[in-house]
Amino acid sequence: MSDWKFTARQLAKNPLSMTGLIIIVIFVIIAILAPLIAPTPEGHRNPYMIPRDGFFATPQPPSENHPFGTTQGQYDIFYGCIWGARSAFRVALVVIGITLLIGIVLGSLAGYFGGIIDEVIMRITDIFLAFPALILAMAIVSAIGPSLKSVMIALTAVWWPSYARLIRGDILQVREEDYIEASRGLGASSGRVIIRHVLPNAIYPTLIMASLDIGAVVLSAAALSFLGLGAPEGYADWGQMTEFARNWMVGPPGNPLKYWYAVITPGLFILFFVLGWNLLGDAFRDIFDPRLARR
Amino acid sequence: MELRTYIIRRLFLLIPVLFGVTLFIFGITMLFSPVQRAMLYIRDVKQLADLPGVIELYGLDRPFVLQYGTWLGQVLTANFGYSKIASMPVWEAIWHYLPATLELAIFAAPLIILIGIFMGSTAAAHKDKPLDHTTRVVAILGWSLPTFWLGLLLIMIFYGYFTGFLPPGRLSMQMDIVVNSADFIRYTRINTIDAILNLNGPVLLDALRHLVLPVITLSVVNVAFIMRLMRSSMLESLGKGYILTARAKGLAERVVINKHARRNALIPVITVSGYVFAGLANGVVITETIFNYKGIGWWAWQSAVNLDISSVLGFALFNSVLFVLVNLVVDILYTRVDPRVKLGQGVQ
Repeated sequence: MSDWKFTARQLAKNPLSMTGLIIIVIFVIIAILAPLIAPTPEGHRNPYMIPRDGFFATPQPPSENHPFGTTQGQYDIFYGCIWGARSAFRVALVVIGITLLIGIVLGSLAGYFGGIIDEVIMRITDIFLAFPALILAMAIVSAIGPSLKSVMIALTAVWWPSYARLIRGDILQVREEDYIEASRGLGASSGRVIIRHVLPNAIYPTLIMASLDIGAVVLSAAALSFLGLGAPEGYADWGQMTEFARNWMVGPPGNPLKYWYAVITPGLFILFFVLGWNLLGDAFRDIFDPRLARR
Repeated sequence: MELRTYIIRRLFLLIPVLFGVTLFIFGITMLFSPVQRAMLYIRDVKQLADLPGVIELYGLDRPFVLQYGTWLGQVLTANFGYSKIASMPVWEAIWHYLPATLELAIFAAPLIILIGIFMGSTAAAHKDKPLDHTTRVVAILGWSLPTFWLGLLLIMIFYGYFTGFLPPGRLSMQMDIVVNSADFIRYTRINTIDAILNLNGPVLLDALRHLVLPVITLSVVNVAFIMRLMRSSMLESLGKGYILTARAKGLAERVVINKHARRNALIPVITVSGYVFAGLANGVVITETIFNYKGIGWWAWQSAVNLDISSVLGFALFNSVLFVLVNLVVDILYTRVDPRVKLGQGVQ
């Protein structure tokens, strides 16, 4: 328990981590209150699809109806950015949730039983880790067809091996403890020993690392969307909205920055979202880094 | 263990990994029906009538293992299929586009290493001073930047606002004509190096102008990564006994930092060169796409959005083999740099 107090005190002391926490809380609020902040127009079926104001290609500057302006195809930037927070959390939570599940199950099996099971599972992680992550994700998405679901599948495929390895390493330490021997001696089954005794003592570093990866997952998903391999056109997705801006980086002669609002706004949302998690993660890494002992 | 035995053993250990990689890649292609895969051979609507013939000819409906065997045989002889984007075989396309990408890497890698190491160690030497905090914030910002967005901003400012100052692409049109003329000998197809070898100033200048923005975009994330790592490694090194000894001997602080602390702090940085390679490989796809810079990453992106699956998988396979080899070299290098590491056993 003193560990938690220590961690909390360290975080509160560090202005950077507090900033990170505040940014994250703001994004959580935006995501939860999205229907109030940017109400879905009457008769619009899927709230995740950005409402359009006409079909004119050229982005339009901020106005009363569109506080952030509209991007290519008259998609409302404000609506897309606000609901984009929801999409971001959705992608991140799905990917992190599934990767954690796979990682924990395979990592525990490998770490607890060792031997041939360990060898096989670790060689499989080797195969997945033998690719630069984005390239593997890109290959998977283009093979199963670009869509938001494919992006989540691809990111899950590239993300689980690191959790499996992390949890395996921690379990290797825990399984040598006396209390594990004791519960085995009392006749507990392997499943019971793993779930009741090993995991609760080995899981926290992985859980914390995984939750801090939310920013990284969202950044990767945005990159895939930007490459045109993600969400369907018009979906409230920051990466795709940045991609829309590609045709409008440079305005007409005499007014080269004319379409700044279409270029800058969606990217700022990605930047701040990822920044929040990284600021928090940076502080955590310092606290948990045993090499930088608590001085 | 002797170094040579270690290398040989590691090379043998690569075989199961690479076997798994090929099996995985081939598994992905098998997600497609025989008809879809036969379509990859079709270049003209008139050939469509012969689709069953194509399936028959290439045995696309045979059992998995048989097809995998045939495919592996082809891959081992560098036959990955045909790239529609490049209008040439995939293997040739990789070599065709590689020099452009190498050119980016040649400029980005030293930038990443020098700036990252210098700023990281300087920050550590000034721990908790304003310089340290600034470096830290810069590192976290760089680490969080969506590089594709950074690229757009750079183009908006340096190509739009300063009209045409730093253009996208690889060469301007006139210089492209010069480079492709008979007088200009293309030794390496890396523009800057060829320009120097041909003693052609204008081409060199033009190539450099096109390189500035992509190199910045490609480097930012990795600079931040190395900076962060170097800072913590340097902090650890500064806390060691030999630093106290060096200071007690009355050595100048500059010597303590440069000769004693930084050298030892470099060791962990070497071990992550593999990650830097992966970062560059991933970054190249995004950077080249934004800047319309026709290298291997641009080609891979074009292939991906056009669902030219044999090209994308050839590219992925190529990258994984490189990545695995880079990691091997890093491990070997590590044992050379740090005498405490016994081969095959890690730090004692």
